[in-house]
Amino acid sequence: MHVEEKFTDATWPAAPETATLEGKNKYLGFWLFLGGETVLFASLFATYLALKDKVPDSGMLLAKDLYEIPLTFAMTMILLTSSLTSVYAMYHMKNNSFQKMQTWLLITVVLGFSFLALEVYEFNHYVHLGHTFTSSAYGSAFYTLVGFHGAHVTFGLMWFLSLMLRNAKRGLSLYNAPKFFVASLYWHFIDVVWVFIFTVVYLMGMVG
Amino acid sequence: MTNQQSNSANPNLNLEYRRKQNAEEMKHQVITFTMMIFFTLIAFAMVAMESISRWFIIPVILLLAAIQVIFQLYYFMHMKHKGHETIALFIYSGLTVGLITVLVFLTIVWL
Amino acid sequence: MSTYAKKQGFGATLWDFMTTVDHKKIAILYLISGGLFFILGGLEAMFIRIQLAVPDNNFMSAGVFNEMITMHGTTMIFLAAMPILLGIMNAVMPLQIGARDVAFPFLNSLGFWMFFFGGVMLNLSWFLGGAPDAGWTSYASLSIHSQGHGVDFYVLGLQISGFGTLIAGINFLVTIINMRTPGMTYMRMPMFTWTTFVVSALILFAFPPLTVGLTLMLFDRMFGANFFDAAAGGNTIIWEHLFWIFGHPEVYILILPAFGIFSEILATFSRKRLFGYSSMVFATVLIGFLGFMVWAHHMFTVGLGPIANAIFAVATMAIAVPTGIKIFNWIFTMWGGSVRFTVPMLYAVSFIPSFTMGGVTGIMLAAAPADYQYHDSYFVVAHFHYVIVGGVVLGILAGITYYWPKIFGTMLNETLGKFTFWLFLIGFHLTFFIQHFLGLWGMPRRVFTYLPGQGWDISNLVSTIGAMFMAVGVIILLINIIITSVKNVRVGNDPWGDGRTLEWAIPSPPPFYNFKQLPLARGLDAYWIEKMEGKKEMTPAEPLGDIHMPNGSIIPICITFGLFVASFGALYNMDADKPWTIPVIIIGLLITFGSMLIRSIKDDHGFHIHKEDLMDDKDKEVKA
Repeated sequence: MHVEEKFTDATWPAAPETATLEGKNKYLGFWLFLGGETVLFASLFATYLALKDKVPDSGMLLAKDLYEIPLTFAMTMILLTSSLTSVYAMYHMKNNSFQKMQTWLLITVVLGFSFLALEVYEFNHYVHLGHTFTSSAYGSAFYTLVGFHGAHVTFGLMWFLSLMLRNAKRGLSLYNAPKFFVASLYWHFIDVVWVFIFTVVYLMGMVG
Repeated sequence: MTNQQSNSANPNLNLEYRRKQNAEEMKHQVITFTMMIFFTLIAFAMVAMESISRWFIIPVILLLAAIQVIFQLYYFMHMKHKGHETIALFIYSGLTVGLITVLVFLTIVWL
Repeated sequence: MSTYAKKQGFGATLWDFMTTVDHKKIAILYLISGGLFFILGGLEAMFIRIQLAVPDNNFMSAGVFNEMITMHGTTMIFLAAMPILLGIMNAVMPLQIGARDVAFPFLNSLGFWMFFFGGVMLNLSWFLGGAPDAGWTSYASLSIHSQGHGVDFYVLGLQISGFGTLIAGINFLVTIINMRTPGMTYMRMPMFTWTTFVVSALILFAFPPLTVGLTLMLFDRMFGANFFDAAAGGNTIIWEHLFWIFGHPEVYILILPAFGIFSEILATFSRKRLFGYSSMVFATVLIGFLGFMVWAHHMFTVGLGPIANAIFAVATMAIAVPTGIKIFNWIFTMWGGSVRFTVPMLYAVSFIPSFTMGGVTGIMLAAAPADYQYHDSYFVVAHFHYVIVGGVVLGILAGITYYWPKIFGTMLNETLGKFTFWLFLIGFHLTFFIQHFLGLWGMPRRVFTYLPGQGWDISNLVSTIGAMFMAVGVIILLINIIITSVKNVRVGNDPWGDGRTLEWAIPSPPPFYNFKQLPLARGLDAYWIEKMEGKKEMTPAEPLGDIHMPNGSIIPICITFGLFVASFGALYNMDADKPWTIPVIIIGLLITFGSMLIRSIKDDHGFHIHKEDLMDDKDKEVKA
């Protein structure tokens, strides 16, 4: 298989991510990994729900005292938009336009970093209010669930960045197309998890 | 796996068709995105209003979240394309196991 | 790595195995290290039995006894049984579906080294201040109060080896879904491949809850979180649930491959098609599915309430149905066949009643009200040893004997094998049968000694003598392995003479590319079909062409070594007098992520074996 072969627009396959056996394997393997990640996050959600508002003394802050709509809303909008920008990147990958793909990926990365920055601000804010990782079981569960998601975001950003830098000079090939595609799947999965976080943790937390 | 193209005699014609197909799909993606944003707005607005009963809000926002996830999976992550049967099987199995876990932790984590 | 060289020095061989991505060599690595851990776990079992042989024994202290039982359970489950089974899967499954390698050779090697370093880490605890002592289930109420670093070794060691297993599971799934040879439809896959498939799916969904549970435990013990601390709002039942959501599928992860091995052996040595193949497949999938619905039967006495107990009791009993289907299918496979009692067949035949006895006590335990009587008694110990030794270990011994020629190219001695078999089987029943009664007579499990005159003395002595029989059996197996390796009599493609599946159609051991041309599978038992038509070889499904192979790599060891180093930092982080822990964590993670970065930056396209080289091989064979 000549995975590094240069393609013209016309010879570039319609589904470059699964055009080689390696690509197919990567694609399927990554989806299966996401199936496992689903269970991982479900376990974290379950733990959070079991420990929500479980604090040692009644003076401590609970979910409805902590969460605020504006911040969560901003974070949600940013992450949802970054999902769309990575779809744009994959659209350009399928059309074999490498530079446009890189641009859209860069926008995705910028949005991802701003999401992270807001999350850091949020955590810092809570810590100052006395809601910390070690203050209560509720605190431990909250920071573990949301922090696991934040760690996934960080890893996804590093992944995008290293792919972009590594391939900046080399352009698209059937060797790296599956890698880009799989990274974007990961990014969507992070978004899926966030949809549940903002609904189950924040919105349901605010309703009480 | 997904729509395998036949490299017909005239590659440029084929190319044009594919470009059009991709653009069409991108249009669907943007519509999906718009709807997701719309659902998110509804969810946040309902919570912000504070006057609605939580027994109404919670099921509705959970339903909206489920729809959003289906959009993500089927449109953004291309699960609606052919050749994703095995993948769907495994994702749904994962969701089932996860759902049982959550259910149990909501009911029989005895203390 | 293209190793055409025939003779290698020790260093070169070692390097070859450290960098290999060949599934057959990784299988050997799994078997060797799993075998070493099996001996270690066996020694621990012997020490336990010596301590319990007579009442009021002071062979070891209560503290050491707790460490022994914890490490015996943990080692046998995570570091012996599972790796040996993964080894057999690695060796056999790609050959059975006619693939040249697994889908992700690099990850295959990474998975092995993660298991290996995790296991080494866990066992280093013996030398670094004491092993974990909270039982293999490590219930949180006990383990967060355990002194010293034993439980930390448990948490981190299992975390690392758990990642390795998860990687192996995904790898096997993709291999089976994407890389079957032409004609090998799902319903033509050999039974062992089917069980590998279902087991891999169980691994995929069962290990994440364990990962989460271990992470929470790690946060609680090392970073001051409060998940299991009731005083701060925590809840120890969370650990029990997470552990058993993983733990129950885990026992099916262990037993299903054994079912697969026995299905192959019974068909081969009955010289008959496996009876009810499609119902076997159905039963395997059903067991996998139900395996996720029953975990709370380990927690009947927690107080989850009658409704929860009833649901989980009924679900548990339901598993007896698919298992019963399998038992009858195995019996009907032998029925009317021309049975040959080779060593693997002896194991298979004795497995059926032994395992069924474990199943019957399983049904007894599944009855929630009765379980209050059996709970935490030796009855439970007897039950799970009947299913795990009578099922999994017999399966492993049978599988090793059966596939030995395919993996190593030599035949184990049949006479010595029969000695091992009889000693092990008799020893097994002697050890564990009496423990049912010990339990019913009130002996609790996990006690380091007991007073005389309660009617337990003779029974415990009998149990210990039985354990000695098993130990002698294993020693004879080791002697057998040494003699066989020294004699080194090479065998042909199909040394048992009745091979039915694709792995017996190629040389033993197979060349590193497995199949010169991918074979065409024309039905279930593809090789048998060709044999019945008088052919010696499989019909190729492709013309002879270049074969693409992956390069070997040292990076898997580097990635894992980094995690190993970082774990030591995390482990001692809670000691105030050790300022070096944070730098060690950082260095370890740098090694890991640095190696991952190198892996992703360095393009690795593998290499090709050229058609001409393959033809040379063929010519040589013709001349020989």
